[in-house]
Order: sequence, then C-alpha cells, then structure tokens
Amino acid sequence: MKCVHAVGVMAIFISVSGLFVTAAEREEESIKAEIKIDNFAFMPTELTVKAGTTVEWVNRDDIPHVVVSDDKKTFKSKALDTDDKFSYTFTTPGTYSYFCSVHPKMTGRVVVH
Amino acid sequence: MKAHSKAGLIYDHNHDGVDRRGFLKCMAWAGTGALCVMKAGVLRSASLSGISGATAGTAGELRFVQISDSHMGFNKPANQDVVGTLKAAVEKINALPQAPEFLLHTGDISHLSRPEEFEAVEQILKSCVAKEVFYVPGEHDVINDDGAQFLERFGKGSHGAGWRSFDKNGVHFIGLVNVMNLKAGGLGSLGTEQLEWLEGDVKGLGASTPIVVFAHIPLWNVYPQWGWGTEDSAQALGYLKRFGSVTVLNGHIHQTMQKIEGQVTFHTAASTAFPQPPPGQAQGPGPMTVPAEQLRQLLGITDVNYLRGRQALAIVDSKLG
Repeated sequence: MKCVHAVGVMAIFISVSGLFVTAAEREEESIKAEIKIDNFAFMPTELTVKAGTTVEWVNRDDIPHVVVSDDKKTFKSKALDTDDKFSYTFTTPGTYSYFCSVHPKMTGRVVVH
Repeated sequence: MKAHSKAGLIYDHNHDGVDRRGFLKCMAWAGTGALCVMKAGVLRSASLSGISGATAGTAGELRFVQISDSHMGFNKPANQDVVGTLKAAVEKINALPQAPEFLLHTGDISHLSRPEEFEAVEQILKSCVAKEVFYVPGEHDVINDDGAQFLERFGKGSHGAGWRSFDKNGVHFIGLVNVMNLKAGGLGSLGTEQLEWLEGDVKGLGASTPIVVFAHIPLWNVYPQWGWGTEDSAQALGYLKRFGSVTVLNGHIHQTMQKIEGQVTFHTAASTAFPQPPPGQAQGPGPMTVPAEQLRQLLGITDVNYLRGRQALAIVDSKLG
C-alpha cells in the first residue's frame, strides 16, 4: 500500500514538474527580446527582431512611462510604473518607431524582418 | 528697444545661453532664500528680503500663490511622503502675512492620472486659506484617458482640453494646456485650436492690461533636450507682444528659474513633491534624490503680488524647509 502510494505521489510530482517545464519553455519561446526603460531612455534604442517575436518593455526607471507607436494606433501601453511590463508581438516586417507619450523626447525603434 | 547682450556669460559651453557655472552657484544660493534671475542671458541673484513684498492694504493689490507638480501617488526614494510635503506647502501658504486670493496649480497634480490621486490633492487643498484653485494639467494628469478625468474635475468654465481665461482686479489670467497630442521627439504643444482661441481672447484688451499666463511645460526653451520647452509658444507670445506687462508662470521642471525678455517675465515654480536636476546636470530629467534633511529646501511655493501701476509682478519663491 505504502509503495503504491509513494509511486502515485511520484507520478503526480513528475507530471506536475513536467507541466512547469513546458510552461517555462513556452515562455522562453514567445518572449524573445527585451527593451529596458531607464533614465529616460529605451535600451537598446534600436532593436532588430524576426517577425513573430514578442518584445517586452520593462520599466526600471523611477518615473512612469507610456510606450506608444508613432502613429498612436499600432501599439499603446497603459502607464508603466517602475517594474511594470508591456509586450507586443511583431508579426509583420517593417520599421516601427515609437516614443513615450508622457516624455516625447524618448524615442526608439523596432526593426522587424 | 531690447538689448540681448551675452556679456557676462563665461561658462556657456553648449552655446545655449546658459552660464552653467553661474547657474549652479545661483542654484546653491536658492536654498538660502535667494531668487535667481536671468536677464538677457545673464544670471543675477537677489536676496528675497530685498524684493518688495508691498505694504499691506495697498489699493489695487492682488495676491495669489502658484503651486506645482504635486505628483500625488509618487512614492519613490526622492520623496516617499508627497502628501506630507503638499500639506507643508498648504501650511506655508496659510502662514503668509497676507492671505492669497486664490491658487494656481500648474499641473502634474497626480502622478498616474488615478482618481484617488486627484481626489487627495483636492482634499488637501481644502484646508488652504485660499478657497479658489485654478488648475492646468501636466502630462501626468492626462495619461490613458486624453484628460477626461482632469476635465471632469477641474474643467468647469474651460474650453477644449481645459484652457481658460478670467479676470481678477484688472489682471487678465490665461490658463493654457500644452501637454496634449504630444508627438514623438517633440516638446510641449499648444495646437491650432487653442492658439486661435488665445488670439481671440486677448484681441479686445487694452495694452496696459497686465497679463498672467499659466501653463505646465515652460513656454520658453529652458532645455529642449529634456523636453523643457513648447514647440508653438512663439505664436502664443506673439499675440501678447503688445502688452506692457506679461508674466508667464510654469512648472514641469521642478526647480525655480526666471527669465526676463523685454516686457515678459517667465518664471517656473518648484515642485511640492520632488526636485529635478538642473539642465544637463544628470543623464535625464528624473527625480533627484537628496539627503532627507535637504529635501524641503528644494520644494516650494511661489507667492505673486500685483501692485496697480507697477509693470512687473513681484514673484517670491519660498522653500518648504
């Protein structure tokens, strides 16, 4: 009885950890590029990625920023306070210029091919 | 005739008219109650005690106070008690020898445009001796909703995104909004609709009417690299060229600065929340953390006094500590 029970527990443990591994793998696959926001700048200012990449902006500055594409339509984050993140998946090749709508002197570009 | 001599500018490394060494020296004095004035590109400082505060009860006198950049909701190291420092500002106002008639808040009332942030500021200002407050928005007040909340709370009597004018004791006040529809790589912006309104608003006024303009982002190019300027302010100032006394009160840069150009006096107020570095003195224009005991010396209010017959308004900055 004890043996079966232990095996049962092991089986559950393995399958659950298997789930975790899969989820982690999935996460790694979709978020392929990061842009860090700090000191009123996007780093890197210009990022080149493959079509299908999800780009994640992370605000490490001590002031909120809002990531908006130049045309104000393609992508638009809500206000990102310190440590907040915003993701956008670039499916179509092209050059996407964007800026911080609260501090418009902050500009950046994602080049997708 | 206007003289714009650059004589006296020694450390103008960026050739932008800012004498950096002189500026830094002046900023250091500002903590001890001096006023830094830039006249035709040259910095001068004057002790606050030397500036006429006017005698009480003078006929035609008008007193009001400008506060700015309360950033309600901010809680980072530069100041983890913006409620406390705003309350200290109100205490300072209430302790003035002569009560101001009203307040001007030149924007960044909230930090993240949250309803509870706007509410908190309104509540704190209720204990101010001056009951009437006129607000213009900062860029932190119009995040995510194009200023809808700002207008709902503070837009009564205003036009468009919240611009307005009103008269007090013969002085014409104009509140402008230069934080809407900002474009990538750009500065503050007034926009065609507002400029057209402004042109019509001042058209019928006599040239001897004193004008006070208040807006969030400076209407002169303090430091464009950090967004400290307004793209189309020249057009606005053009409509005011014929007036004998124009005072422009701004915020946004979280430090006091003054420039006089002919009959126009430009002045920026300190924040009640946190200081920012002088132009070009840091990587970016973000919150500047200073030792706790120094914080209140870099925050403040601005007391403005108008005496009928005097061309320039007396502007006195007071630190919170």
